[in-house]
Amino acid sequence: MSKVLDNVLDKYSAKVYKNRKKHILELENEVQEIDANRRTMPGMLTHRGCCYAGCKGVVLGPIKDIVVLTHGPIGCGYYSWGTRRNKAAVQEGDGNFIQYCFSTNLGESDIVFGGEKKLKTAIKEIVDIFKPKAIFICSTCPVGLIGDDIPAVAEETKQLYGVDCIAFACEGYKGVSQSAGHHIANNKLIKSVIGTKDYTPKKHSVNILGEYNIGGDSWEIERILKRIGYEIISVMTGDASIDDIRKAHTAELNLVQCHRSINYIAEMMKIQYGTAWLKVDFIGVDCTVKTLRDMAKFFNDPEITAKTEAVIAEEIENIKDDIEYYKGKLTGKKAALYVGGSRAHHYQMLLKDFGVETVLAAFEFAHRDDYEGRQVIPTIVEDADLKNIEVLEVEKIEGKFKEVKTQEELDELKKEIVNLEFYPGMMPDMNPGSIVADDLNEYEQEEFIKALKPDIFFTGIKDKYTIQKGGVLSRQLHSYDYSGPYAGFKGAVNFGKDVTMGIYTPAWSFTVAPWKTESILEGTFGGEV
Amino acid sequence: MLDLTPKEIKERKAITINPSKTCQPVGAMYAALGVHGCMPHSHGSQGCCSYHRTVLARHFKEPAIATTSAFSEGACVFGGGSNIKTAVKNIFDIYDPEIIAVHTTCLSETIGDDLKGFIGDMTIPEGKYVLHANTPSYVGSHITGFSNMVTGFIKGLSKTTGVKNGKMCVIPGFVNPGDMREMKRLLKLMGVDFTMLPDTTGVLDSPMTGKYQMYPKGGTKIQDIIELGDAEKTLAIGSFASEAGASTLEKQFKIPYKTLRMPIGIGSTDDYIMELSKFSKQEVPYEIEEERGQLVDIMVDSHPYYDKKKVALYGDPDTLISLTKFVLELGMIPKYVITGTPGAAFEKEVNALFEEFGVEDCTVKQDSDLFLLHQLIKNEPVDLLMGGTHGKYIARAEDIPLVRVGFPVIDRYVHSLMPVTGYRGAMRLLELMLGALMDRQDRDVKEEDFELVM
Repeated sequence: MSKVLDNVLDKYSAKVYKNRKKHILELENEVQEIDANRRTMPGMLTHRGCCYAGCKGVVLGPIKDIVVLTHGPIGCGYYSWGTRRNKAAVQEGDGNFIQYCFSTNLGESDIVFGGEKKLKTAIKEIVDIFKPKAIFICSTCPVGLIGDDIPAVAEETKQLYGVDCIAFACEGYKGVSQSAGHHIANNKLIKSVIGTKDYTPKKHSVNILGEYNIGGDSWEIERILKRIGYEIISVMTGDASIDDIRKAHTAELNLVQCHRSINYIAEMMKIQYGTAWLKVDFIGVDCTVKTLRDMAKFFNDPEITAKTEAVIAEEIENIKDDIEYYKGKLTGKKAALYVGGSRAHHYQMLLKDFGVETVLAAFEFAHRDDYEGRQVIPTIVEDADLKNIEVLEVEKIEGKFKEVKTQEELDELKKEIVNLEFYPGMMPDMNPGSIVADDLNEYEQEEFIKALKPDIFFTGIKDKYTIQKGGVLSRQLHSYDYSGPYAGFKGAVNFGKDVTMGIYTPAWSFTVAPWKTESILEGTFGGEV
Repeated sequence: MLDLTPKEIKERKAITINPSKTCQPVGAMYAALGVHGCMPHSHGSQGCCSYHRTVLARHFKEPAIATTSAFSEGACVFGGGSNIKTAVKNIFDIYDPEIIAVHTTCLSETIGDDLKGFIGDMTIPEGKYVLHANTPSYVGSHITGFSNMVTGFIKGLSKTTGVKNGKMCVIPGFVNPGDMREMKRLLKLMGVDFTMLPDTTGVLDSPMTGKYQMYPKGGTKIQDIIELGDAEKTLAIGSFASEAGASTLEKQFKIPYKTLRMPIGIGSTDDYIMELSKFSKQEVPYEIEEERGQLVDIMVDSHPYYDKKKVALYGDPDTLISLTKFVLELGMIPKYVITGTPGAAFEKEVNALFEEFGVEDCTVKQDSDLFLLHQLIKNEPVDLLMGGTHGKYIARAEDIPLVRVGFPVIDRYVHSLMPVTGYRGAMRLLELMLGALMDRQDRDVKEEDFELVM
């Protein structure tokens, strides 16, 4: 093992050492196995969140025209209110619930006598005031323990008010991270929402899966795709309307941006509706171009292919001066990335566009396939913490199943399009010698900063200020530090501008006070000059 | 903005919409960060801990460290005993704090984990401490959590030698480090020997040095908390956040306490200074008199711009009570005063202020939310909003200027380093309020009515 890794792990007790050693590795020339998606060790200062955050906060929260109701004490709903920047614009005739937080705000007597009664009353009040298209109920920790029958309440709501109501049992303690929440949300969306509204697409049509419109990312992606001539049926779930998701099954191709959070739906839609999926990456200029060309290859329509090249040429022409300028400012810098389950990979490619090298990349809650590639899925051993997350068995839905390409055609295409129904993972895109870590904690992070000396550490809010106090720039790759979009062509420029601004801000030069380096005392002290 | 909020108010019994409170543990985490060398620990599933650290980091723009027991589904069945045991060992091994302050969540509280028992069974390194407070999220609010953790420190650490040490214990309430700094400055000027618990100055307003310190210079020293048992008197600032701690010191060590309103505005600061003067038996120095006089001077100078303006206030009860009083001292109308924190005492105290200052048609509500506040404003508008960041939706929807004060303020910088307490804090608050109102006048008046001098 390398010296850097040795030094970091040495401080650990035998038990911790044994565990953490499997989650951190220095890349060699071939893909190595990493341990991931395991229980968080208590007391390690993890950055992970919970199942509720993955379900409500990430996947369901962005759906703009429904009520997402948190069933629990006030905190969970409060903290997930407006804090993830999944932008949404009001659609004509609809409301935008994104600005609201709904909670049953359980009190002590609800914990003792059960919260079902309060939940039912809350739903009645919601229907009275808002008459929403749908209500999604998200459970929090105590709900599972006190045994509230949420699915029964959801069923009753449908009967009583004719309002679609779905129960999500996403108690915080389920699974080991946000990841379990993604899976739970995916299962219910595929079961009860997708495929429930008919529609006939007008042209080459796609869904964008696992794209939450942080800082307007999906709007930039949609802008590009619409220029080329694609029809976008739904985005899951950035700026989404529930009706768009209901008709998602009518699209010809699923584009998967965040593999971790949405691959379940991509896989299940393939079985149920025959929809092929493509792992795309709209982060970074080169990646966006490659993605657009992959899409053109899939549709194999000369008109689309020509338009794709025309749009690429024009978009690049528009941004090339800016990209060159920021590349000049950033080339040779070193970056570390620690983000949830997807961006630590995607942003490496964008950084490459600017000549920035990645020395460390880590995920909070990704699985082995996100690190190593989907080919390892059959070898993943699930432990007890994950076994109770339901794995849905779905079947082909006759009448709604349509193969845009036959399986033979797809197999042929896969030779040309690596990412067609496949995700190769993060590691193959990284240089030998760089560090890959899973569920990185505060101690390890500090040690790696000392050893690897990155110029910038991309991460989240909890460690941003820790890193910056240590004199290293930290930009958030969850919230984009309230900037964005970072996706697509225009996003790449925004990103380059933000990173350059951060590295060159004059404030860094004032970190050391002048009297620390230069004596202001003249004359003598104790006889010495 | 907030287009779905109807003007018509329907009674709600069950649904909370846009809360004006959050849950206990974040208050406990904040209190624990105000103890030097302390690692706050959240005994529950890890999502809570992440959320709580996040809101503190967003408010203070500072690191907010804390560890978690990271419950899995198994721990929910078998209890979290082994989780916290592992956690404590790992925390001391890796992060080496002086003390670990454990708080709970709705998960461990519903399960009924016996923390006292767990901690009793642990091997704790020599000279180190582990203590706890129960902070069930389904009771009260973050203010309750703060109060419970302060009480937890006293119960877990304070002892008496039987000899009084002449010190005053000051529990400052759930306020910013900027306010604690101001309260301490006044304590020093008044010659009071004191221990402030908790004290987040130097922790959540720490300087940039190029070297990250997990345990910054600030925070109440453990030894000082131990010695609280020998204190002469306790000053509890704010009944919701601070009285429980003070009353614990009284019960355990017979230390008398006095509960004061948070020293926001002129009258409440006067009370604070008078109380300090009584304790130290010192005259009020000219420096403080001068500050007070400057405040009154500004109030007189600027009154045409704020007189009889209607204000909607929302946030935490102790802060709101004093803000309401200040607003009344200025001759403004506190039209709506809304807190999410439950407690009938709040309505009683604010109603008493309405009566004292002779204002009518003002509404106060505890255990309420910003959705109701918005509806009230739709029915009868106000000139100014005062509270935390979440009110900015209403401010935009109704085009009302907003003065950010309280917790959390997650969309502005510098605020947590600056006081709203003391005479100087009142001056700052007044500057913010006048700025908001006068900017609005500049924006709204007809061009021919635009004034150069105001």
